[in-house]
Amino acid sequence: MTITRRRGVLLGATALAVALAATACGSSSSSGGSKGSGGSAQSATVTDADLQAALTAGGNLTVWAWEPTLKKVVADFQTKYPNVHVNLVNAGTGNDEYKALQNAVQAGKGVPDVAHIEYYALPQFELTKSVANLDQFGAAALNGTFTPGPWNAVQSAGGVYGLPMDSGPMALFYNKTVFDKNGITTPPATWDEYIADAKKIHAADPTAYITNDTGDAGFTTSMIWQAGGKPYTVDGTNVGVNFATDPGTQKFTAAWQQLIDGHDLAPVSSWSDAWYQGMNTGKIASLTIGAWMPASLESGVKNGSGQWRVAPMPQWTAGGKVTSENGGSSLAVMKASTNQKLAYAFLKYATVDEGAQTRVDNGAFPATVKQLNSPDFLNKSDAYFGDQKINQVLAQSASEVAPGWSYLPFQVYANSVFNDTAGKAYIGGSSLADGLKAWQDASTKYAKDQGFTVK
Amino acid sequence: MTTEPLETVQTANRGRPRNATPPIRAKARRASQRPRKSVTLTVLCAVMALYTLLPLAWLAINATKTQQNLFNSFGLWFKGFGFFSNVSNTFSYQHDIFGRWLLNTLLYVVVGAGGATMLATLAGYGLAKFDFAGKKAVFAIVIGAVAVPATALAVPTFLMFSKMGLTDTPWAIIIPSLISPFGLYLMWTFSADAVPAEIMESARMDGAGEFRTFFSVSLPLLGPGIVTVLLFNVVTTWNNYFLPLIMLKDQNWYPLTLGLSTWNDQAHTAGGDVVFNLVITGSVITIIPLIAAFLLLQRYWQSGLSAGSVKG
Repeated sequence: MTITRRRGVLLGATALAVALAATACGSSSSSGGSKGSGGSAQSATVTDADLQAALTAGGNLTVWAWEPTLKKVVADFQTKYPNVHVNLVNAGTGNDEYKALQNAVQAGKGVPDVAHIEYYALPQFELTKSVANLDQFGAAALNGTFTPGPWNAVQSAGGVYGLPMDSGPMALFYNKTVFDKNGITTPPATWDEYIADAKKIHAADPTAYITNDTGDAGFTTSMIWQAGGKPYTVDGTNVGVNFATDPGTQKFTAAWQQLIDGHDLAPVSSWSDAWYQGMNTGKIASLTIGAWMPASLESGVKNGSGQWRVAPMPQWTAGGKVTSENGGSSLAVMKASTNQKLAYAFLKYATVDEGAQTRVDNGAFPATVKQLNSPDFLNKSDAYFGDQKINQVLAQSASEVAPGWSYLPFQVYANSVFNDTAGKAYIGGSSLADGLKAWQDASTKYAKDQGFTVK
Repeated sequence: MTTEPLETVQTANRGRPRNATPPIRAKARRASQRPRKSVTLTVLCAVMALYTLLPLAWLAINATKTQQNLFNSFGLWFKGFGFFSNVSNTFSYQHDIFGRWLLNTLLYVVVGAGGATMLATLAGYGLAKFDFAGKKAVFAIVIGAVAVPATALAVPTFLMFSKMGLTDTPWAIIIPSLISPFGLYLMWTFSADAVPAEIMESARMDGAGEFRTFFSVSLPLLGPGIVTVLLFNVVTTWNNYFLPLIMLKDQNWYPLTLGLSTWNDQAHTAGGDVVFNLVITGSVITIIPLIAAFLLLQRYWQSGLSAGSVKG
């Protein structure tokens, strides 16, 4: 597996380097002229009528995605537009798919028309000019259709590079039965309370933990995000990584270090079988995670049915109302697609029109304001969560996401070296702050090697 | 994740005939000559045997559990019995795709590993028994090729196959599997020893052509070598994961390794169906043919090993 990953990274590196050379030329011209002056022939906005015509004319679309609810969306889409044939391919999950995409882009063949890309990975494909700028299809007009967190994630100064499919505003998912057993009657409202509860649970039963963590890049960045941290600064090919003096990062490390030092975190990696086992047996009592989690709990933690609840994400200051995003993904049109117009029409169907509702009905967490605020959604009570109306908590979180966060244009690489650097803190030997500094060094070294200007 | 238990189990299984059997035979032989016991060695072997068999035992035990019992019970003991329902669910899940993956794997193994063995035999024999210009260069290339891991070649192979329009077809798996430099090298050294030049001479004197000599005189002598190389190639092709991972996108052409890995990945996805019980049962079904191949061919390839050792 390690060899596999290294290969993928190497390949990605070459792709990035090539693309950077291309961006360096491209950016100077675009900064001089008006937006989209480069492709003026194409820049005339595609109207809805054009999209409708493309749908009626039909054609073949290849979609790479692993998201389970898309199956139903594709089936409905083909019923509505019988001339369009969609080939839905599961080309791997997350990193596997990104590797495959990079390979295909580099080979210049076998690139899908549409790809499922998580928010943290989107800037990388945008920078390598692998995904199409959706402004040419009028995507900018969708401003206000999506909640701010995901909408911010698919945009950059240059345009819109994907349409949000789901979002992951964070909340505290906890096992009420386990909390009650330990005398914790109200879920922790602040991280200080959370730490106290963690120690209480672990002290009462040395095999039980408030949560698991063996070092997870996505979780760490989301926590820093909530704490007001802005460790990443990105402006075109100028990037900065600063964990060392970032105030938000320091807030997070000071708190989390206490849990690490007390061995209060289950030494179990998320999504492993041991993780599911821990939650099924009540040994892992809570997760601070994205709003897409309920479907996974219902599928993988059947024993917890009726026991779990959802509470707002613990705060850094008492009475605060700040959250962040964890995960979430978009659909993007690949630049190599020969039928971008039709591809965009599919994107719009799946993320804005009928598809958005279909996906919510099948358990996805919406990124669209309409679905998020609909009374049906908000008032749906869930038997798994003891008939709690969990969507009210989750939707509230979506409206409180701290603004101004950005990921690195090579976040896929950065995350892949998290466990080699910051991860060391979790197995002892170095502090989390030192670990994040090592992560920073590894990230900036990579940035320099790839030709980024590092501040 | 899937590949992990799979690999451990398969190495365990691969190690079994090699690690466990020779000591027993050696012990028996020694006992007849001069009885000597080594407590340290016995303990060491027992530990090694336990180490290699434990993952296999874990797999077998857990294949009998339902998804829920898998989470609620100790990993090395039984709870409930759901083996048969697991097996039928494994085959029926996702529109019976597991059977298709099994057939794909068989296809890749029969054509790929079988073809690789045939090519290695022909080439190895030719290199060992005939002199021609450039033989040293061939030797250097083969030794060099042994040193390059297949994983490192996968991405360049992908780019090449992509240009040829072969990705996402079974050819993308079969063609690279046909090349086995290690098998070639093994057959080369084996042929050099196993087929005495005198026998070939006398066959030629009796008027047999080179093909007749090869098929009726040399081939039977090469048997143990061929079986050894075949086993190596079967195991390599059966376990092949990385090449199909980057070559194939169409699930209908997946081999078992890749298919099981996608099932396992579902548990890593928001809203994905968690089917660890099917992954485990599928893994058990996946290794059964390998165990069968080893048991059936054990006799041949062991005699091949010992033939070499006696001669040497």
